[in-house]
Amino acid sequence: MRPLRFSVVTAAATVAALTAVTGCTEKSSAGADGVIAVTATDTGCEVSKKEFPAGHVELDIENKGSKVTEVYILFPDDRVVTERENIGPGTKQKVTAEVKAGEYQIACKPGMKGDGIRQDVTATGSGKVAERDPRLDKAVASYRKYAQTQADETIPLVKVFAEAVKDGDVEAAKKAYAPSRIGWERTEPVAESFGDIDPKVDLREDGLEEGRADENTEKDWTGWHRLERSLWKDGKLTDRDSELADQLVTDLEDWQNRVGKAEITPTSMANGAKELLDEVATGKVTGEEERYSHTDLVDFKANVEGAEESYELLKSVAAENDPELTKELDQQFAALDTLLDKYRADKTGYDFVSYEKVGADGRKELSDAVNALAEPLSQLAAAVVK
Amino acid sequence: MNAEDSPNPPTPSRRSLIGWGGAGLALGAAAAGGAVAVARTDDDAAPTAGAAVAFHGTHQAGIATAVQDRLHFAAFDVKTDDRAEFVAMLKDWTAAARRMTAGKAVGEGAYGGLAEAPPDDTGEALGLRPSRLTLTIGFGPSLFDRFGLAEQRPEALVDLPQFAGDNLDKARSGGDLCIQACADDPQVAVHAIRNLARIGFGKVSVRWSQLGFGKTSSTTPEAQTPRNLMGFKDGTRNIAGTETARLKKHVWVGEKDVDEKSAWMTGGSYLVARRIRMHIETWDRTSLQEQEDIFGRDKGEGAPVGKAKERDEPFLKAMLPDAHVRLAHPDSNDGATILRRGYSFTDGTDGLGRLDAGLFFLAYQRDVRTGFVPIQRKLATDALNEYIQHVGSAIFAVPPGVRDADDWWGRALFSASTTEA
Repeated sequence: MRPLRFSVVTAAATVAALTAVTGCTEKSSAGADGVIAVTATDTGCEVSKKEFPAGHVELDIENKGSKVTEVYILFPDDRVVTERENIGPGTKQKVTAEVKAGEYQIACKPGMKGDGIRQDVTATGSGKVAERDPRLDKAVASYRKYAQTQADETIPLVKVFAEAVKDGDVEAAKKAYAPSRIGWERTEPVAESFGDIDPKVDLREDGLEEGRADENTEKDWTGWHRLERSLWKDGKLTDRDSELADQLVTDLEDWQNRVGKAEITPTSMANGAKELLDEVATGKVTGEEERYSHTDLVDFKANVEGAEESYELLKSVAAENDPELTKELDQQFAALDTLLDKYRADKTGYDFVSYEKVGADGRKELSDAVNALAEPLSQLAAAVVK
Repeated sequence: MNAEDSPNPPTPSRRSLIGWGGAGLALGAAAAGGAVAVARTDDDAAPTAGAAVAFHGTHQAGIATAVQDRLHFAAFDVKTDDRAEFVAMLKDWTAAARRMTAGKAVGEGAYGGLAEAPPDDTGEALGLRPSRLTLTIGFGPSLFDRFGLAEQRPEALVDLPQFAGDNLDKARSGGDLCIQACADDPQVAVHAIRNLARIGFGKVSVRWSQLGFGKTSSTTPEAQTPRNLMGFKDGTRNIAGTETARLKKHVWVGEKDVDEKSAWMTGGSYLVARRIRMHIETWDRTSLQEQEDIFGRDKGEGAPVGKAKERDEPFLKAMLPDAHVRLAHPDSNDGATILRRGYSFTDGTDGLGRLDAGLFFLAYQRDVRTGFVPIQRKLATDALNEYIQHVGSAIFAVPPGVRDADDWWGRALFSASTTEA
């Protein structure tokens, strides 16, 4: 989880990036029909057409207002199809997306604040979204099921954790903490696509703005890591922690309910796998993620498992297009798994050693193994869509 | 990766420079004359500051090549046990080095490729000139414990002995192999190491690396000797890139230096890299007289004690017995001479607020046993030792040059060993 001030932007950008990827792979279906002129002003958001054929859509945006604006295409439930930020006064921008038939909204946000000025639009027809390899559709379906299963299996584990917190049982809560995060960590890129849930449940202390971690004002800091601090740093649980435990369950139930609707594509699965390794490379290898509990290796393992799941589902197609890559990935996944096994006695359990006990040499070795896997993994999306 | 055959992406200034061949290089050099304001007026290389240095040759570039302004040096550990995989990486590295030293992007470039994949080239050198980038590879003693190479380890590739005053940090020492990237533009040097490290992930990992600036020695005697961070000129009589006879005598490994098993080193050289931390603050509090006595030169002109000009022949006996120049001079070491190619470094400050700075010393020689080792032993009594500390150390066998487009770094070594890749 990244700092709060970036989180919303990041989540939106992730979705945009995934959408853009889809767009690029299927732009053969592009045509002039799909171009919509959007004229943004400080008080208006005019679109040149409110109905357009589904498929490749291009927004030609012109900001004629005096404020910096941003423009979105939104699903009816406010999820982002694509967006472009920081469109300065007097400037033009193009945004493309692959849009299925259905109802959408185009929103301009002068000053980049609020809900924006919205226009209802409709994508019509059977759509010109290019046909996809049925094996990839199957992979997406399987991955969606996986993401749902992870969420479903997480809820009872989080409830065990929350109950222990509410009972004031520090030891039981500590024990339940890391296991309650595994499902989330396995599917984090999907969870992050809902920009509002991630900051609520997985924000770290360094994600807070200055002063927000102050005892009186840190009401904005919720989620696992806030409780982690109470348990390991403070060593005691307060009434506030009980509230936070309930809140965590509520927020994760929200995730459980929405995960099935996440936009998932073969390339977003592939790049999601790489993003899980990026999470490891930036947050776990350094010990930043679990700075109080030092349970980083549990998250680490879960991230790798999630990446491996995506990879395994895409492997048959990728192996046809780039057999050398899948050979390399098989080898590097195995190498990283073997390395991680050094840090747990029971290879079926998640009882990893405290990250504090992993010395500089061990961390370097883990970092090298992550780089060795993540670099070829960054080529998976291309191998899937070739 | 098939870097060699892939089309070059649109990288305007670098590409056009190269695309025009010889004429382009000449034009680029002319253009560089005005643009390379960073090149000092005494810069020996000013006429060609932006151009490309030939990658192919009998010897690797980056040794006798006129010293560039910037350095990024990286030592790597080998992670793979698979000889074929390692050889494939060396070939990929060679292809990437061939392109980068010519000012071209790696592989299929930094943009314009598949939207779904990260670009082959990281892109930060787009639009920059070749900047006389040289990439020089070396093989450390520990490499020869792998891949059945033990018999090919040259005798001259010794494990360096413990020297008096050494306080070596393991994390800044050793390495199975190294890449020395020198360029007139730091971004070009960093780009090269970054891209090679990326290609190497899984096969090798960076063990340590060092950035350097302000070359502290010159291989072009017509230029002024650059100063080190102590403010002194040092290494005035360094071997020049044009001194064929001295290079042959002191730097290049000759046919007589090798046996059948180490013949792959013919035309190569041995590199010693030392991270020498300077105690800058105490040095700066030292009187001028003491500073000059320690070096055996005056601070202004750089003239040896009792002489008027920097290049006047030093009279060693006029210097204090522990003066640096006196101890390091070939006359005090049975003629032992090395080619110095060091750079200053400043890695910010340490936790005590002291400048973490010094000299990243690079010495090339025909045989370390008659080059660096006796000189460094002699320096055990160097008065300078009060103000410096050797904190990192490594030694590498630097193979001969890559001959042509079909050749690759390490080919002679890997072809010579028993199990051919």
